Amino acid sequence: MYIHKRRSNKEIIGGSITKRRKIDGRNQNEHCEATENRVACYRVLDDHGYPIAGTTFDQVDEETAVRMYKSMASLEIMDSIFYEAQRQGRVSFYLTSTGEEGISVATAAALSPHDIILPQYREAGILLWRGFTIQDFANQCFGNEDDHGKGRQMPVHYGSNHLNFFTVSSPIATQLPQAAGVAYSLKMDGKDACAVAFTGDGATSEGDFHAAMNFAAVMEAPVLFICRNNGWAISTPISQQFRSDGVVVKGQAYGIRSIRVDGNDALAVYNAIRAAREMVVREQKPVLVEALTYRVGHHSTSDDSTKYRSLKEIEEWRRSRNPVTRFRKWVESKCWWSDEEEAQLRGTLRKQVLKAIQIAEKIKKPCLEDLFSDVYEQVPSNLRQQEKSLRQTINKHPQDFPSDVPLH
Amino acid sequence: MAATILHGVGATTALSSINYNNSRRSLPERKRTSLVIQCDGSLSSGLNISNNRGAKLSTNAVAQTKQENVTASTTSKPGHELLLFEALREGLEEEMERDPHVCVMGEDVGHYGGSYKVTKGLADKYGDLRVLDTPIAENSFTGMGIGAAMTGLRPIVEGMNMGFLLLAFNQISNNCGMLHYTSGGQFKIPIVIRGPGGVGRQLGAEHSQRLESYFQSIPGIQMVACSTPYNAKGLMKAAIRSDNPVILFEHVLLYNLKERIPDEEYVLSLEEAEMVRPGKHVTVLTYSRMRYHVMQAAKTLVNKGYDPEVIDIRSLKPFDLHTIGNSVKKTHHVLIVEECMRTGGIGASLTASINEHFHDYLDAPIVCLSSQDVPTPYAGALEEWTVVQPAQIVAAVEQLCQ
Repeated sequence: MYIHKRRSNKEIIGGSITKRRKIDGRNQNEHCEATENRVACYRVLDDHGYPIAGTTFDQVDEETAVRMYKSMASLEIMDSIFYEAQRQGRVSFYLTSTGEEGISVATAAALSPHDIILPQYREAGILLWRGFTIQDFANQCFGNEDDHGKGRQMPVHYGSNHLNFFTVSSPIATQLPQAAGVAYSLKMDGKDACAVAFTGDGATSEGDFHAAMNFAAVMEAPVLFICRNNGWAISTPISQQFRSDGVVVKGQAYGIRSIRVDGNDALAVYNAIRAAREMVVREQKPVLVEALTYRVGHHSTSDDSTKYRSLKEIEEWRRSRNPVTRFRKWVESKCWWSDEEEAQLRGTLRKQVLKAIQIAEKIKKPCLEDLFSDVYEQVPSNLRQQEKSLRQTINKHPQDFPSDVPLH
Repeated sequence: MAATILHGVGATTALSSINYNNSRRSLPERKRTSLVIQCDGSLSSGLNISNNRGAKLSTNAVAQTKQENVTASTTSKPGHELLLFEALREGLEEEMERDPHVCVMGEDVGHYGGSYKVTKGLADKYGDLRVLDTPIAENSFTGMGIGAAMTGLRPIVEGMNMGFLLLAFNQISNNCGMLHYTSGGQFKIPIVIRGPGGVGRQLGAEHSQRLESYFQSIPGIQMVACSTPYNAKGLMKAAIRSDNPVILFEHVLLYNLKERIPDEEYVLSLEEAEMVRPGKHVTVLTYSRMRYHVMQAAKTLVNKGYDPEVIDIRSLKPFDLHTIGNSVKKTHHVLIVEECMRTGGIGASLTASINEHFHDYLDAPIVCLSSQDVPTPYAGALEEWTVVQPAQIVAAVEQLCQ
């Protein structure tokens, strides 16, 4: 009799692996397309704002909870007014976070102010939490001389070195490999902080997403990747973006611990991010958080989403699955918030935003010099020459030059 | 590959040391100190002299101020001999020693020491974190370098071959060049991106790219090309100390050039051209490997009675129009010799720039010798004919000076 001797598994690169005896195309386990066996989603509050029985979560204290609620409501109000301002032609462009307020605010609340944020573009809630004023937002949108970005980027492309929020850069997913670099820097300095990189569902198709995940895993970089899976990339639904079970499974492919959370449940997001951040900083390894949500608003003011999705779908999410309302119900159930406070907040905030817009509109634009500064550390001679040439042209034809741009 | 590089460079080694001695004393009078000078003449004292170990910076060896000139030449040590890749490493190592924020990242830069050995030994000395091996994803490790730079580090990103950096174009153009500007000056990106490019010895079309053509338009970056061990070390140090993003172009065939360089510390200016051979009949502008073809042609030209002025432009963005201009005003004839393709290369931009600024001083149209607009063939003989040869340079000068 011929006896088969089992050979050692150590010869296989990557460690020992159990062997299998055959390939069977009919075996369900071969298929990894999204099936009924989807990765479970962490959730704390039900649709009515009540904690679901049996869920484990850390309570937030009253002060944090109220601050979170106020920030989410502020973001909602600010977005709607700025959106209207764009429609009236006062602002050239705007992008709302409608439907996703829970993600940015709860994340900001769960992180440390030293954690460096690399945003995509729907994370204004983090800036709001960290102290960016309504006036700051308005100044950036109007590109006036008080804008921290000196009027060089389009609206919603906020950035604040001071608040550890990298300036938004339009191309999708370019911030993801940069997060590994930020994490590398933090690691070298031994800081108790991590890099937090945001991405949308669409951005996970970019090569940068995959390479960044791989890098972070291999380099053991303390990066927290947060994917806002809101179902739509402009007009592309997720069914046309990928065929995997969302984004959470992609982390596993790179050896990154991943979790899926209900993005419209601010309390769940807060808990998940707190736990993830602690893991990232303590173990100096990346973690991926997929926050499931829905983009209630249009992609931006350049988009009309009713052209590719039903109004009914949008309204359903806006009304019955609104993260702000859901969290409010919870906060009210704890008697930490009341209708009077709600009315007062909305009234005050509305006035504040409108005033900020009025002020921002009147502040003068950055002067001509700022067209040429900051291209390099110091203005080189060829740019000075170009500025001189431009000024000569303006002197010759002042009527053709916009009057609201100061020359000095 | 190493063998072919040595073979290819053998003929040029001797030339480089000759060139060097001439260039040390021959630039027109211009104020120099031991600090870095911008091309508009203003002194830049914005260097990160955070960890000055008291080493006296020697005078800029291209030209010297009167007093320092005398002291330097009488008391300077004879220097030490090394190859170009070693000079790059020496510059890199000195900067890493001086500033703990300087780090290197790229493929195989760690224990392998880099494909051209520029980072050899550094991982052993500074550890795996400061000399970081990355997975194969150029866009990603360039992006990583940018993120690190924005957070306070001074990374040097090595592309194994410049051609691969085409994959990093998005990060270089949209982020590296732009973020200082679009953030309103809040974030700076003191990154150095370097690697070998140019036509080698049968490396194939994809590994023979001249990326300076593609990158030259990106606002916000600086580009320099080294050509000798002396300027390689000086430019490496200057690039690392600069707060702007700098792309340092090395050439695959020049890594084994040997030269004697000073023992004292020195840093060159990123915006200056180098006077290789002063002359009066024609201004020959070149950079990187073509400098050697030009100098070889110069020997023949001198024998034929011509007196070419050879300038290694070194700074590809911005051009050193001060040095170039002075030369054009003297000779009134310009020949550009480059390795870029005819269309859209450095030569094309330089031609436009000189025409714009010095048109009145030209007695003849500018002649530009470039490679043809073809991918570099693998076959050796064909490859040789895509690169400008000394014979063509001689013929061009003869025709120009008629």
